Amino acid sequence: MNTLWEFLSMSDANVRFVTIGSILLAASSAVVGCFTVLRKRALVGDAVAHAVLPGVCLAFILTGEKNPLILLLGSFVTGWLSLILIDVITAKSRIKEDTAIGLVLSVFFGVGILFLTSIQHSGNENQSGLDKFLFGSAAALVGQDLITFGAVAVLLLASVLLLYKEFKLLSFDMAYARTIGLPVRTLELLLTTLTVLAVVVGIQSVGVVLMSAMLITPAAAARFWTDRLGIMVTIAALMSAFCGAAGAFVSFTAPAMPTGPWIVMLLSLLAILSFILAPKKGLLARYLLQRRVRRQMTRENILKTLFHLGEPTAEYEHAYTKQQILERRKQPLLRMNKGLEVLCRQGLVKKNAQGWALTVAGKKEAQRVVRLHRLWELYLTQYLQVASDHVHEDAESIEHVLTPELEKRLEELLNFPTTDPHQTSIPQQS
Amino acid sequence: MIQHVTNPVLEVHDLTVSYQRKPVLWDVDLTLPHEALVGIIGPNGAGKSTLIKAIMGLLPLNSGYVELFGKPMAEVRQKVSYVPQRESVDWDFPASALDVAMMGTYGQLGLFRRPGAKQRHQAMEALEKVGMQDFANRQISQLSGGQQQRVFLARALAQDADLYLMDEPFAGVDIATETAIIELLRLMRDAGKTVVVVHHDLQSAQDYFDWIILLNMRLVASGPTNETLTPALLEKTYGGRLTELSRVSELLQKQNFPIRETKPSRK
Repeated sequence: MNTLWEFLSMSDANVRFVTIGSILLAASSAVVGCFTVLRKRALVGDAVAHAVLPGVCLAFILTGEKNPLILLLGSFVTGWLSLILIDVITAKSRIKEDTAIGLVLSVFFGVGILFLTSIQHSGNENQSGLDKFLFGSAAALVGQDLITFGAVAVLLLASVLLLYKEFKLLSFDMAYARTIGLPVRTLELLLTTLTVLAVVVGIQSVGVVLMSAMLITPAAAARFWTDRLGIMVTIAALMSAFCGAAGAFVSFTAPAMPTGPWIVMLLSLLAILSFILAPKKGLLARYLLQRRVRRQMTRENILKTLFHLGEPTAEYEHAYTKQQILERRKQPLLRMNKGLEVLCRQGLVKKNAQGWALTVAGKKEAQRVVRLHRLWELYLTQYLQVASDHVHEDAESIEHVLTPELEKRLEELLNFPTTDPHQTSIPQQS
Repeated sequence: MIQHVTNPVLEVHDLTVSYQRKPVLWDVDLTLPHEALVGIIGPNGAGKSTLIKAIMGLLPLNSGYVELFGKPMAEVRQKVSYVPQRESVDWDFPASALDVAMMGTYGQLGLFRRPGAKQRHQAMEALEKVGMQDFANRQISQLSGGQQQRVFLARALAQDADLYLMDEPFAGVDIATETAIIELLRLMRDAGKTVVVVHHDLQSAQDYFDWIILLNMRLVASGPTNETLTPALLEKTYGGRLTELSRVSELLQKQNFPIRETKPSRK
């Protein structure tokens, strides 16, 4: 607890630098990443990240020093070049985009490693720390570096804020954007440049290899929580900022821990949690919905079975044992027990000495289901020309989905029928 | 039968367009009158969508030029509105119906400026016109195909243009929606707009449109409906391609020939 307080108070200038730096870098790449993902160019971010390495090394070889501005410029140039190359290859040859990305990524990264190795053997004592670009080192984010990289991050956020509506339209419908006179070429180029910039500054904290995660993961995670672009971008930025701060905290408490990989790990964790827990689109929400539907179906089937059992004698409120119900309709005993319990609670079924019986309300509900079943059977035979001995299976599941509106439509369409294709009567609404 | 009009709303002059060096439209030359509901009719692959994309400036031209209201496209963008094919975008995009309709106002807003209450109002009005006001806040992927089509129409309406070019607005739309849309297009025409529609169904074309463009890689006919929808002209449009034309197109592509020796110049 004490450490957390110490961290949050930011009394240590170094901590302050690393934390602010991580937050800014993470948030700005998340914001730009949202548009990269929506334009289905997620892989491009990875290519740029790898293509940045030769630029960094080349800048160092040419100047012999580690001035952040010059390294930034070098990485920007090669990052940009890689994107142009991908576009040219895709446009001018038969090679498809994914292949072009793979080619460019590996060639640039290979050249980068080549340069890096030769620098390491050159004996220039300035070179120590250059390999940090491979895996990143947020701890190195101090003083001048932070100001440079921070300024770029703020610039990124500002451009997206300023051109939000243009980027939105561009990502959704490029052809339309052109027809209303937006400078699509320029905007695309700008968005590409922003992506490169985001990668270039982000690399400082997470490195070449993990950079694409910083672009893509927050966007992918945020998409689960909302259907609005503005909210998606905000959530992505907040998630990333939080992970940036948390990553800085981890390496504050345990200096041996690298910040960048922790940021990426935490982001991935958030993404997995979003994937599972998000309302409506999440795995859990979908599973729960499915389970609710299945239980509802079981209950309706029990009611229906009790109704069928009573049908020959027209004594619908007679009680039957579980055995009798099971004989009439095979279903897992466990599920049936649970269903009967709930039905009891809902007052649709009551239990007495002989077993289980429909209540008045239960009979009404059972009638509704049987009615829908038979209406659907009739509809299938009359409108889809399905043979009457084939319609039962279909109706077994459709009876649970039909809404009152559809029921009314079917009735009108079938001219208020009283018997189904098997000549059994269709119970009328009471 | 190619009928020209004086003082046209749209003039397409000697237009040739190609995809990947293969000409798909040859020397199309036509003019369209004001206040008309125009149908572009032709078989699959005839170049119907290509024609309106070329008019909208979305494709490079090999020859010819397009003039709208007597001016080049760049000068009159605000007065022209385009409705792309529904399948041309990913509907899973995080946006509501209102968001999409509001995009129609971006052109007049210009760069940097954010849409405000006025644009919102304009977009809502457009949604009302297509009967989608109750779905304004619905995420667009949760709309049916017909509803998505209507959202696209609303976006074009929000632009408040004078000439509308629509790429298959009736594709994948149920009868009720189709009737509602054509009713709306008629109202627009009566209000002085010109609406050009790429259309598939010959049967309905007869009573939907007052001007017809028949297309099959080249312009077969352009004129009032009763003079163009004749058996002879339809036979010419649908009776197979001109094999020589296709052959030359393929030759040009295979052997990398330039389609025109000089770049197109205006007039």
